[in-house]
Amino acid sequence: MSATANRSSNTPNQNSGEQLSGERLVDLYKTMVLSRYLDERVWLLNRQGKAAIAASAQGHEAAQVACIEATDPSKDHYLIYYRQFTAMIALGTEPEEMLRGFLAKEADPMSAARQFPLHGAHPRVDLFNFSNVIATQLPQAAGVALADKLKGSDAVTVVYFGDGASSQGDTHEAMNFAGVHKLPVIFFCENNRYAISVPQSKQMGIESVASRAVGYGFPGVQVDGTDVVAVHEATQAAVERARAGEGPTLIEASVERLLPHTTDDDHTRYRSAEDIAQMDERDPIKVLSALLKRRDLLTESEDEEIHSAAKKRVNVATDTVDAEPYPGVETMFDHITDGSGNGGAL
Amino acid sequence: MPEQTVIEAVRATMQAEMRRDDSIILLGEDVGSRGGVFLASDGLIDEFGEDRVIDTPLAESSICGVAIGAAVNGLRPIAEIQFADFMWPAINQLVGEASKVRYGTNGVKTAPMTVRVPYGGGVRGGLYHSQSIEVLFAHTPGLSVVAPATPYDAKGLLASAIRSEDPVIVLEHKRTYRLVKGDVPDEDYTIPIGKAEIKRPGTDLTIFTYGLMLHYALQAAEMASANGIDVEVLDLRTLRPLDEDAIAESASRTGKALIVQEDTPAVSISSEVAAIIGERCFFDLDGPITRLGPPEIPPMPFSPIQEAAFMPSPEKILAAITKLAEL
Repeated sequence: MSATANRSSNTPNQNSGEQLSGERLVDLYKTMVLSRYLDERVWLLNRQGKAAIAASAQGHEAAQVACIEATDPSKDHYLIYYRQFTAMIALGTEPEEMLRGFLAKEADPMSAARQFPLHGAHPRVDLFNFSNVIATQLPQAAGVALADKLKGSDAVTVVYFGDGASSQGDTHEAMNFAGVHKLPVIFFCENNRYAISVPQSKQMGIESVASRAVGYGFPGVQVDGTDVVAVHEATQAAVERARAGEGPTLIEASVERLLPHTTDDDHTRYRSAEDIAQMDERDPIKVLSALLKRRDLLTESEDEEIHSAAKKRVNVATDTVDAEPYPGVETMFDHITDGSGNGGAL
Repeated sequence: MPEQTVIEAVRATMQAEMRRDDSIILLGEDVGSRGGVFLASDGLIDEFGEDRVIDTPLAESSICGVAIGAAVNGLRPIAEIQFADFMWPAINQLVGEASKVRYGTNGVKTAPMTVRVPYGGGVRGGLYHSQSIEVLFAHTPGLSVVAPATPYDAKGLLASAIRSEDPVIVLEHKRTYRLVKGDVPDEDYTIPIGKAEIKRPGTDLTIFTYGLMLHYALQAAEMASANGIDVEVLDLRTLRPLDEDAIAESASRTGKALIVQEDTPAVSISSEVAAIIGERCFFDLDGPITRLGPPEIPPMPFSPIQEAAFMPSPEKILAAITKLAEL
């Protein structure tokens, strides 16, 4: 497994087990702001007809960045899903690399523009995501963790999914298997209460996805996904448990989906104006900005600087990638199999 | 050379491969102490332990999904699906996922995994222990599908599947498990995926077939020879990729093609073989490309009378040979 981490300086994470320092909180904030600007840019590029599709992480940023912070990208494994914009940046993906996916450019590092943006595998960190069939990554994560267990590695596998995925049979099968074998896996559910348009009340007869963990014999915890510190602590505990061979943890981070499901969706068709308006105070960037200022870790002018630096970074990346070439037809025949002839043609 | 049944060859091959390569694990329902419902893994848990021979929960999608994850993370899993009829819950993990690991990651990740599955009928299996499932997998770029019919081929193709860097579906016809015996050399060998084999040379017509039907076709060819008809029998062995060159060469040489399969014919392997022959051998043919298969009803009735009526047989194949040869 390619776990050699040559990570960028987006978020050089600290070792697990330690509390987040004020300085690290500011670093995480910077990552979240960069993610937000890039996210907004991608939507703009979609409206300009340049990016065919995008799913936003706006509202999920704190949960994603805090979870990654508690893990070790130099050896851990990450099976993400389509809304993992901020997680990818936290793991060291550069804005240019992300934009190459969204604009389907030849140099897209994840899949060479075969797949939807953010799908494929990361060339530097062990992160992969090859499906749009919801929840297929959960049994696969159990398999990744099983291999680590058999190899005697203390690596942890983190698998991300939404509340929608929690209904799938694969989710049950994966948690059941992981529970039987006490696998070093963290099931990280970003619950934004909507599976596209279907609200949680029509998805499940329970209040909390985390409550299902008891049925699989491991802990389930629910945390406020807009609270960086809370998510970090919950993930740290899960990582320690997994590395100690004590088995899986299910973490449910309650978040808001600030935008519609994707660029093709319009959430005013199924969310009330009040429901949409109430999300504003749970915007994780506002929440963390206020916390940092309360703790005197960030001044107003520093905050403005962070925003303007992120905007500039995104502008540079956009200009660079916009000018890059698209793939030719010939590469679509690459990597079907190992080239030994198996499966290349019927 | 020692004689083995197909199931003995499968078991011995897994054992030899697991001794050769520590990264190979076996997982599936009842594969541990029970040794698999057909005893394909009999005793392997005693030799390799519970870490490498894993009795899974009764959940096929996770058997294949876990295999993908383990394969991506450096192991070489052999997943056993107990009966082909139980494969459908795992279809998404195989057709939707495993097939696209390499392609969808531009070669950054691969899934070197094998899925073994007993399939086919003629065993009083009724609607849910008799199905032929090859078409869906054979239709999928990124997957390879093999269907060995003899102990020798079972060893060579299973070894190739296990050593492949990509997912391979190994279809084992359950009726052949103990019915078919043959010589299997002790020494290590593999049979390349994608290569058919002429199991009986002939000059008057060629039967294209695979699985249990190979043996029925060989019996029918023997009966036909008594009537002066010299039948060639080509064992496809791999269903994806089909050995197009071998198919075209034989069809062009004998000039008459009879395709025999146990699966229902519409949109099937026989459709594809017929298309290949039509495209490549049209001007060499001396008769219509002919297909013999069961009727288009859900495979297959439990009633022994109806099951026999459903299955192709040496006698039915002989009748088709005779009709085509006389043209």
